[in-house]
Amino acid sequence: MSLLITNARIIDPSQKMDKVCDIVIEDRKIREIHAHGARGRGQGTKGNKEQTPAGGDQVIDAKGMLVVPGLVDMHVHLREPGFEYKETIKTGTEAAVRGGVTSVCCMPNTNPVNDTPGITEFILRKAIQEGSCSIFPVGAITKGQKGEELAELGMMFDAGCVAFSDDGRPVMDSLVMRRALEYSRIRNMLIISHAEDLSLAAGGVMNEGLLAVTMGLRGIPAQAEEIMVARDIALAELTGGRLHIAHVSTAGSVELLRTAKKRGVAEITAETCPHYFSITEEAVSGYNANAKVNPPLRTIGDVEAIRQGLHDGTIDVIATDHAPHHKDEKSGEFDNAPPGISGLETSFGLSMRLVDDKVLTIDQLVEKMSCMPARILGLSGSKGTLKPGADSDLVIINTEKEYVVNASDFRSKGKNTPFDGWNLKARPAVTIAKGRIYTWE
Amino acid sequence: MSLRSKDLVGVKDITPEEIELILETAAGFKDVLGRDIKKVPALRGKTTVNLFYEPSTRTRTSFEVAAKRLSTDVINIAASTSSVVKGETLLDTAKTVLALGADIVVIRHGCSGTPHFLAKNIDASVVNAGDGTNEHPTQALLDLFTIKEKKSGIKGLEVAIVGDILHSRVAKSNIYALIKLGAKVRLIGPPTLVPDCLKDLGVTLYSDMNAGLEGVDVIMMLRIQLERQGKGFFPSTHEYFRNWGLTAARVSRAKEDAIIMHPGPMNRGIEIASEVADSSRSVILEQVTNGIAVRMAVLYLVSGVRG
Repeated sequence: MSLLITNARIIDPSQKMDKVCDIVIEDRKIREIHAHGARGRGQGTKGNKEQTPAGGDQVIDAKGMLVVPGLVDMHVHLREPGFEYKETIKTGTEAAVRGGVTSVCCMPNTNPVNDTPGITEFILRKAIQEGSCSIFPVGAITKGQKGEELAELGMMFDAGCVAFSDDGRPVMDSLVMRRALEYSRIRNMLIISHAEDLSLAAGGVMNEGLLAVTMGLRGIPAQAEEIMVARDIALAELTGGRLHIAHVSTAGSVELLRTAKKRGVAEITAETCPHYFSITEEAVSGYNANAKVNPPLRTIGDVEAIRQGLHDGTIDVIATDHAPHHKDEKSGEFDNAPPGISGLETSFGLSMRLVDDKVLTIDQLVEKMSCMPARILGLSGSKGTLKPGADSDLVIINTEKEYVVNASDFRSKGKNTPFDGWNLKARPAVTIAKGRIYTWE
Repeated sequence: MSLRSKDLVGVKDITPEEIELILETAAGFKDVLGRDIKKVPALRGKTTVNLFYEPSTRTRTSFEVAAKRLSTDVINIAASTSSVVKGETLLDTAKTVLALGADIVVIRHGCSGTPHFLAKNIDASVVNAGDGTNEHPTQALLDLFTIKEKKSGIKGLEVAIVGDILHSRVAKSNIYALIKLGAKVRLIGPPTLVPDCLKDLGVTLYSDMNAGLEGVDVIMMLRIQLERQGKGFFPSTHEYFRNWGLTAARVSRAKEDAIIMHPGPMNRGIEIASEVADSSRSVILEQVTNGIAVRMAVLYLVSGVRG
């Protein structure tokens, strides 16, 4: 198969590119990018690669559209195996490509937990058979995510895990976390921290403060996150391990990361999610379980600090923490609803608001949603880039076209979103993933 | 005038005028309760379901008596004996109750927000009889009714609420109601149970009981829930009583004609000394009697909204 995309404004921060060009795709790889109409003249490349798409091959005219490397979402719950009623590898990756995401990292809190190479292999096999996009499993740090004994990190890495996390739960025992960060150095593996001091969180279900008290809901203080962010930064310093902080939600965490990075602490990266820079705890008013998420939605001060952290580079990555749940679980008692937001299909639209608000340039946005996560995960040769030879994962976007979020139309089984009915822009028109072209507009 | 909503889920959500309406209506029903035949046909042919997910004797009985005095049929469903133990969801239980012909559902539940959820999802009127640590609106309304009877008005009164404010739905509803009617509210208790952020509601916080009781018109004691013991909120009931137990000596800090209230059931010797509970200042049993009149008013008014 070969494909020519013409007239596109290509934004690829991995090669500092922002220009209107044509892209040639062949055999699921980016063949080259050249000036419009050059039809195969390898622009600025060595040699004379005469390459014209054979007659009958597809051409997409992307005039007025943006083309960016496919998004890499390093924090997704696909729920399979074990919770197929919430999401499957099939439906989760369909939701991903609808959202412009062409690579997802799936978290290990499945049933059974992805804590052995066998489960990793199962996921990867399913991914090949049923996945609409690329899947990179994240293995558990500890057996059964119990926080006690290290899982077989090396063997899981060799089986295809790209990082390790007990996500959904913290590694509460500091010694176990230290060992994980130390041991991970055998393959330069990435440890992702779900930063939450469970004893301080004390079974809370929303942000601590007046709103929680007056709703009669148990609160989780910002410090429950910040204490663990501080601890894990200290442990990264102690061990030299590669640490990534998941779903940063508080101003205090941003500040801790900022000073650690300034101090030059080993290799620390961090992500936040669209809901932490888009809405506040007010969204849970009326006991809206679709706004119940962990860590909880915080205050306007936190939202502003997260935006500032994205702007100044303290926060490297935007990921979704896509956490689909069944409707029955999200209706009923607020206390009993599982935390989580179905995020894959709204993440780019919500993040584009950062560009409108001048928090990020479009280049920086693509960097944080594609290039940087690919780099952190060690995938930058094939993902998060449109360099020749990379996988032909890309998204074509009409950035000005508005649409209304309709949760009931989600590809994801999880319709649990606090953004239902929102007006957003920049829904992907075309996503190319795993060599397949998905066209919606 | 009538209520704006078919439900009473919280004091937070109603206006001062609606509170006054409920209290005035309750005064009328209190007269009925003093008669020989303590019953009116106001809601004849209607069905009230008491759906209780938490054990309760006095609130459930009070609602039951109130409903019967209004001539509605009353069905009591206790969660432990219903299909809830078989894993039925809240909404399914509520829909079943509705299919049985309920016009009013009185719900008590351990999770905050449950009445709000029901109110949104079923057509019957929903009355909150206590949800988690959120609100217990009818208790606050009967407390206001009692204060009004004794003090002939709420505006400008100094009211001290003492104890576990954080976990008390009674305290929350009373705070909102008292503020709406213009009282000055003081909250007294250990900082572990009186969160600082409550200051933003315009109330004054005290950890020193003697200072907090100085010159107040009303002392409202809260039940210390014994299951909070051992959770680190306070070291022991012994130490609690030493610091926040209501003794005769502490009562003397308040105004001479100050009244003493308690929603019950009391822990004598833990939050309140026996001689204080039984003193002439105590209006604790009148609260119980007034509860029936206030709940009659609430049931009557919410069903009026539905027509």
